[in-house]
Amino acid sequence: MTAGEATKTTVTVTIDGKTIEAQPGELLIKVAQDHGIYIPRFCWHERMKPVGMCRMCLVEVDGIRGLPPACTMPVNDGMVCRTDTDAVKSAQDGVLELLLINHPLDCPVCDRGGECPLQDTTLAFGPGESRFVEEKRHFEKPIPISDLVLLDRERCIQCARCTRFADEVAGDPLITFVDRGDHTQVLNFPDDPFASYFSGNVVQICPVGALTAKPYRFKARPWDLATVETSCTTCAVQCRGAVQSASNQIVRLLGVDSDAINHGWLCDKGRYGYEHVHSDGRVLTPRVDGDDVSWPNALDTVADILRSARDLHGGATVAMLGGAHGTNEGQYAWARLMKSVVGTDHVDAQLGDGLPAEAVLGLPRAQINDLDRAAAIVLLGPDLKEELPVLFLRAKRAALEHHIPIIDLSAAPHGLSPYVTHRLDVAPGEQGPAAEAFVAALGGAGARSDAIEAAAAAVRDRAGDIVVIVGRPSLAERPEATLQAAAALAGLTNVRFLSALRRANVHGALEAGLAPGFLPGRVTLDSGRARFTEAWGAVPAQRGLDAEGILRACADGKVHVLVLVGTDPLADFPDRVLAQKALDTVGTVIAIDAFETESNRRAKVYLPVTLWGEQSGTVTNLEGRVQRLGRKVSPLGVVLDDWRVAAELALRLGVDFDFELVDEVTDEIARVAPAWSGGSAALVRAARDGVVLPVAEHRDGIVLRRGGLSLGSDDAVSWEPIKPDDEKVPADPETTIDDTDADGVELTAVDPGASGTELHVWDRVVADHLRPPRDNYALRLVVGRTLYDAGRVVEHAPSLATLARPAELRVAAADAQRLGVTNGESVRLTSGRGSITVAVRATRGVQPGCGVLTFAADGRGAAELIDASAAVTDVRVETLR
Amino acid sequence: MAVSSGKDVRETRIVTRRLHDVANSWTYDNARADGAYEMWDEVLRRADPADIHAQVKASGLRGRGGANFPTAVKWESLPDVFPRYLVINGDEGEPSTFKDREIIEKDPHALVEGVCIEAYACKINKAFIYLRGEFALGYDRVVQAVADATANGWVGQNIKGSGFDLDIVVHRGAGAYICGDESALIESLEGKRGMPRIKPPLPIHAGVYAKPTVVNNVETASTITHIMKMGGEEYAKLGVGRSTGTRVAAISGHVKNPGIYEIEFGMTFREIIFDLCGGLRDDRELKFFLPGGASFQWLVNCDEHLDQIYDIDDISAKLGTTLGSGAIMVYDDTTDPLLVAWRLAKFYAHESCGTCTPCREGSGWIEKILYRMSHGLGRPDDMDLLLSASANVSPDVMRAPFTQTTICPLGPSPVSAVASLQKYFRAEVDAACANQPTLIPVSAT
Repeated sequence: MTAGEATKTTVTVTIDGKTIEAQPGELLIKVAQDHGIYIPRFCWHERMKPVGMCRMCLVEVDGIRGLPPACTMPVNDGMVCRTDTDAVKSAQDGVLELLLINHPLDCPVCDRGGECPLQDTTLAFGPGESRFVEEKRHFEKPIPISDLVLLDRERCIQCARCTRFADEVAGDPLITFVDRGDHTQVLNFPDDPFASYFSGNVVQICPVGALTAKPYRFKARPWDLATVETSCTTCAVQCRGAVQSASNQIVRLLGVDSDAINHGWLCDKGRYGYEHVHSDGRVLTPRVDGDDVSWPNALDTVADILRSARDLHGGATVAMLGGAHGTNEGQYAWARLMKSVVGTDHVDAQLGDGLPAEAVLGLPRAQINDLDRAAAIVLLGPDLKEELPVLFLRAKRAALEHHIPIIDLSAAPHGLSPYVTHRLDVAPGEQGPAAEAFVAALGGAGARSDAIEAAAAAVRDRAGDIVVIVGRPSLAERPEATLQAAAALAGLTNVRFLSALRRANVHGALEAGLAPGFLPGRVTLDSGRARFTEAWGAVPAQRGLDAEGILRACADGKVHVLVLVGTDPLADFPDRVLAQKALDTVGTVIAIDAFETESNRRAKVYLPVTLWGEQSGTVTNLEGRVQRLGRKVSPLGVVLDDWRVAAELALRLGVDFDFELVDEVTDEIARVAPAWSGGSAALVRAARDGVVLPVAEHRDGIVLRRGGLSLGSDDAVSWEPIKPDDEKVPADPETTIDDTDADGVELTAVDPGASGTELHVWDRVVADHLRPPRDNYALRLVVGRTLYDAGRVVEHAPSLATLARPAELRVAAADAQRLGVTNGESVRLTSGRGSITVAVRATRGVQPGCGVLTFAADGRGAAELIDASAAVTDVRVETLR
Repeated sequence: MAVSSGKDVRETRIVTRRLHDVANSWTYDNARADGAYEMWDEVLRRADPADIHAQVKASGLRGRGGANFPTAVKWESLPDVFPRYLVINGDEGEPSTFKDREIIEKDPHALVEGVCIEAYACKINKAFIYLRGEFALGYDRVVQAVADATANGWVGQNIKGSGFDLDIVVHRGAGAYICGDESALIESLEGKRGMPRIKPPLPIHAGVYAKPTVVNNVETASTITHIMKMGGEEYAKLGVGRSTGTRVAAISGHVKNPGIYEIEFGMTFREIIFDLCGGLRDDRELKFFLPGGASFQWLVNCDEHLDQIYDIDDISAKLGTTLGSGAIMVYDDTTDPLLVAWRLAKFYAHESCGTCTPCREGSGWIEKILYRMSHGLGRPDDMDLLLSASANVSPDVMRAPFTQTTICPLGPSPVSAVASLQKYFRAEVDAACANQPTLIPVSAT
């Protein structure tokens, strides 16, 4: 055997006379498509298993009798296939004729008309006229199968894309085929709607107009839409998407198939959340003391407030909360404004519900794709399905398709629970000892329990890194509980961490230095001091306070001016009592926001800013991946981008940032922020899957795009995975890419040490927080968020607002029995802080002695019970009878 | 032409002997007195699974469900993976086919014994007997038979001290013809909607719960006991060519004595229809007959067809049809072939599982066209339209064995009737469809 034979891992196939190298086992239809031969299809979707149902992709293969479907045919060496013979054409013609005999042909009133795969395929491959003279099959048109999705069964061609998506991808098998023959139809079960968090995806991949979504129905015709590629900023996954508008109104967001992130899927909150951009609740003009004023007037007022606070009492009397929803550019500009111009380090983009920047930025970071090749996935965070839905899809897929063991350190049941292989039943706040025991068991020490030993045994001999998904599992416990576990796991040699902080651009904020003790680009005040003193002129002398500390300082009268950038502490901070006291006591509140909230209603000055869809710039997801936002509509009123507001304020305080265009901000970040070293606005624009920070470390993974966004074929057909053209970066780092479409971006090797600044590494020191002993009469709370909460996106998106559900306390069946409560009954919960009334429900998987409560994000509910300084939260339960 | 052969034609009762000769043959005591489980007992004592393989191989037994696949070859393709399963296909749902039903209802212990021996031969510890949902009586009797066999130690753990375990699960279908397709049957058995799977993998490699699965027809499994009793070589002496042994045929229609007949391969259709079944009712003239159930091409009243021998390979080589599911339907000269074709098409349109387009939509369309043709509303060009529409499902309509654009052979099934109309009754169809105006443009296929 020669070396060549030994290493040959590809097979050679011939399609329509064209010789193609392919991977063995690849499907014929995909191999053909990748080499420019389009075999028509309806049911096949490259992110789902083939079913061979529509029979549109029949081809001729030498040695096989009849016409096999290309979508179920794996290629093998020497295969010869023809897609254009008379027999194939006749079969395609025949299948289309049959698909159309019962299709209503109501294209003029169908939302899909104009971008319909059935229309397009019929034109290209089908018969010109019908020979069917009988009455067509009839169904009631259309019927709602969920609050968001309507189904027209007459249009359906039974391709099973939606049913397979629901079952295979989303794990919500709530729709299926019923009846037989030409009365076969897709349907949900009676009284059980298709209430999936991912239901919008079936609308996008439907090859006809059978599935339509309420938000887009009859809003536009496809030929009137203009499209821009963007990132969804509903959560920190930041799925790739394509935003479409008609008449300066955003009408649709489609998922773009990014291998690195979302595989084309979106959650419904992300997909339909755009409605909040056009909400009537938007504030569109600056206000001072509640009166509409001009921008110069408002900016001057803010500058005066900041200047007098700084000059009279010192910069440390000013604090800033928020900024996690902005762009990287806005965050950077605000970090620079606060840290160098105002001179305060009391800056925190998180709201006491995340993890300190020290840990998030200083742990070895994983990428989402690492889940697919991990030795194991350790869950040390919140319910991903509720907080980071598409990350849930990816973790679920890793478990089901790649058989990655999942080790669960959660205290409460969650969306991934059915896919967990090793559940360690950790009590709330006790992740630390559990993780330490797991690490010890991995190291060969005798395990504390069989479950831990089994988990260690499942991981021990597997190749690859352990990927820990780390976030805040519960708002009712201190972050130290999680940090202690993370510190233990970080001691392993083969471990990487995927941050599960949820706010849209919170990772961008941390990278931009919107955290106490940090400067842009993953450096601490001390290590970055020299560099940023040179770049900015000044940096704070010592580490400031985090959100909890800032609110306490406000309440104690130490902070006089509180700047709220797109944040609402009264609704969102886990400890409502503290937030209330802080806002009641603080002298002046300045709000930079798009909506009125309970917190900013008391602001002296209100500066309205742009939202997603109206902004360009970049955002950073939970992997540290920087991607571009697409600006699709012009903002209403006189709102400004947040970076421009910061720059204008800086100018009034005597520092000229010299920003004219958003790209100039990006380029300044790349110039001064060490983690960005080697990056640029042009590089982010040209990189198909964005640029992962630190740029120098991930440079080899950058794929430059050759063209713009390509929506399926030549027109805006969204049903196929939407992929931009791409070109792999040559392996040789010396090679530069000369490509005009990529803005002439050059990828040169970057020396990671060139910036001269060490990137932050976490020292894994965690303060000990003593947990009180368990009280047999109390429930220990686990508080997590829910996808459709009372937050601003849901509240201001009419289609989503009705999906919000009231908070609910879930308890173990044994506890429900002990308390003598029935499902749905209201109970009063009382903690040391306050008391609330919620409905209770016995739920499988909840540990005895625990209560799982949803955080409603409206300041009521759980926030009334939580004391931010307590290690855990225990509540007494009383019935109201 | 259509007359008796004049010979003394008799059945060869092997599989059906007990159900004819023993009163209440379905009870354990009566079956046991007749020798049930003796062979199983001997197989256990011999403890030689390879011998069962050898006997079945020597017997030349081919699957009796209709695909005629050699049973021993199927066993040999079992991969070395455990657990593996045995599934007995008792979803006998084809119009006119009722031979398995007789065995299920009247001799369930022969089936159970066959399952035991087959499971033993294939090192299988779990067997499923999947019965057609409508077999209410058969279900009760098989369940009782399994219970009795278990109670008497023929099924269960460590059977008769041999160390061999066998668990038999009796499962009733929900009334879908498609579940007679082995892969759809497996889907249904797993609790899903019955829809055929994409092959490969074949069930023998990945069947029930993705494990190797032997799927056999009821008659096939029941025959194995008798092969072991007779010896494979002795069994192979029966029959003709590669069609060895006997076949239980379900004969219905316009014959004097319809019912099940166990036929040694090699008998002619003339002997079957005119001697075994006593000829046509009221001694009318034969018009046509379906030699292999409802899904395959018809034969008509001519010497070539009547003198065709009952032989799996010979009939498909010479006449382009098959023995199918072992049913023969006979029609006399009062029958309208269009009406027969329509009624069969209506069955397939109703039973199409809806998976693939050509069958789901095509069977309904063919039914609709045949409806108007058979109800006096046919148009002169309807037969051509029918052929053209049928070609969407089965591209070479007139060729046998048919090709198909569908996953399973249910799609082309109604096309067999269309092809038969074209082949033998075109003039009659044209005459029946001459009086309506032409409305539909028919393009060339």
